[in-house]
Amino acid sequence: MIRLDGVTKRFRSAAGERVALDGVDLTVAAGQVFGVVGRSGAGKSTLIRTINLLERPDAGRVIVDGQEITALAPAELRAARRRIGMIFQHFNLLNAKTIAENVAFPLRLEGRSGAEVDRRVAGLLDRLGLAEHAKKHPAQLSGGQKQRVGIARALATEPKVLLCDEATSALDPETTDEILTLLDQLNRELGLTLVLITHQMEVVRRVCDRVAVMQDGRVVEEGATADVFLHPGHPATRAMLAEGEEAFDALLAPVGGRLAKLTFRGGSTYEPELSRVARSVGVDYSILSGRISRIRGEPYGQLVVAFTGGDAEAAVAQLGARGVVVEAV
Amino acid sequence: MEAFFTNVDWPEIGRATWDTLLMLGGSMALTVLFGVPLGVLLYLSGRGRLAANPVLNAALSLVVNVLRSVPFIILLIVMLPVTVLLVGTSLGVAGAIPPLVVGAAPFYARLVESALREVDNGVVEATQAMGASTWQIVTRALLPEAMPGVIAGATVTAIALVSYTAMAGVVGAGGLGDLAIRFGYQRFQTDVMVVTVVLLLLLVQGLQMLGDRLVAAVSHR
Repeated sequence: MIRLDGVTKRFRSAAGERVALDGVDLTVAAGQVFGVVGRSGAGKSTLIRTINLLERPDAGRVIVDGQEITALAPAELRAARRRIGMIFQHFNLLNAKTIAENVAFPLRLEGRSGAEVDRRVAGLLDRLGLAEHAKKHPAQLSGGQKQRVGIARALATEPKVLLCDEATSALDPETTDEILTLLDQLNRELGLTLVLITHQMEVVRRVCDRVAVMQDGRVVEEGATADVFLHPGHPATRAMLAEGEEAFDALLAPVGGRLAKLTFRGGSTYEPELSRVARSVGVDYSILSGRISRIRGEPYGQLVVAFTGGDAEAAVAQLGARGVVVEAV
Repeated sequence: MEAFFTNVDWPEIGRATWDTLLMLGGSMALTVLFGVPLGVLLYLSGRGRLAANPVLNAALSLVVNVLRSVPFIILLIVMLPVTVLLVGTSLGVAGAIPPLVVGAAPFYARLVESALREVDNGVVEATQAMGASTWQIVTRALLPEAMPGVIAGATVTAIALVSYTAMAGVVGAGGLGDLAIRFGYQRFQTDVMVVTVVLLLLLVQGLQMLGDRLVAAVSHR
């Protein structure tokens, strides 16, 4: 649905030239929720803005829904943009217009009016739980409500792609959750392709099928969310994942024995694999750190354990045979 | 009471009030007509804006600054030949309007420009992302969003124009300010001075109130 080919963008300023995007290649399949994470300055914001050409790349191609966006004439580009919805961190609603007028705005820009527009707007407001706010102005709404207006507005032209530029970064955790649930629903019910940039790993964990990690204008790691989160390959990914987590530090825990990081996925997460193996091999284990959670609905468990008092290698081998991924710590 | 207002020729005051209103109305309408597009161009051609154009921006800026730095009384005189060319006379209400517009439009354009700058760039970007053309962005998003500032600026400009009209008396434009100078000041007719100043005060007060009401009506912050 979306393909970036060697997209490069440089910013020139008095201080010199800065490379914001350095030959980025990326493919987002139709119906996917694709996350782009990175610290501020990594280039993720520039990246999402090249997809609808709010930022024109210096080199490379952007293809959306089979159309090479970077090759379009101005009028064609405007038409293409109408099929790419976008929502923003600070919502960017029109303060002078009512909620209903905000949602109708993209349709008005196409020169449409009348009952058809009214019906479409009413339907969207209904779907997003905003019907009672139709005649209010944005200043009268909460952050979460404003973002829902932003989503309704983005959906008015029935786009196939929705770009989310830090869409939950200005919201409190509860509202973030509500907006993510909504985005997830839109993806599943409408088959909407979502590209979502964020610095919140939790957002990716909740809704993204795939994730790309950016650093210094490059994609340093990309893959299915669960793979990237459970077995991060790049130091930048590890650093971002470690943030806010109480990671196990071998230097601080005075334990002996064979240390191992075990990753359970899917159904095996809830099976008593560890105790079965321990009993059959005859080893003891202490759990040093761990997390049992879900990544986009798929359950997983990740534990750091120390095997003592028996044949630890046999235990590791048996766990491996049962589909548990064992890594050295 | 009657004794105090001996010098006041009420029909004359009436005519002068009407002249002032005509000058104000005519020059204000034209000031908005020229000032808004000029302000929009100043904004759009600015650095990092939709139609960033350093050369155009510098040129417009220079013209605006030159016109704004010329004292209005000088502008009135310098404009005389142009005024004759434009409206066929340099006298009366018609003769006053061109210099008034040339004096006020650049000032108003700056106020429009700064009102547009107050609009969050994110709104411009969102509108752009919806596939709007530059014209649509200006007319459908920027100007409506900046409307409180645009109206407040028009109020300030209209009030500045009231005092400019007083100076226009120098070129025989008539109006209340002219009466105040010729009779109130030069002939020491204090009663005429008081009446004209009170009327000007009422006019300014009325304009400010009207402006404030309109701003409140279009503000939704």
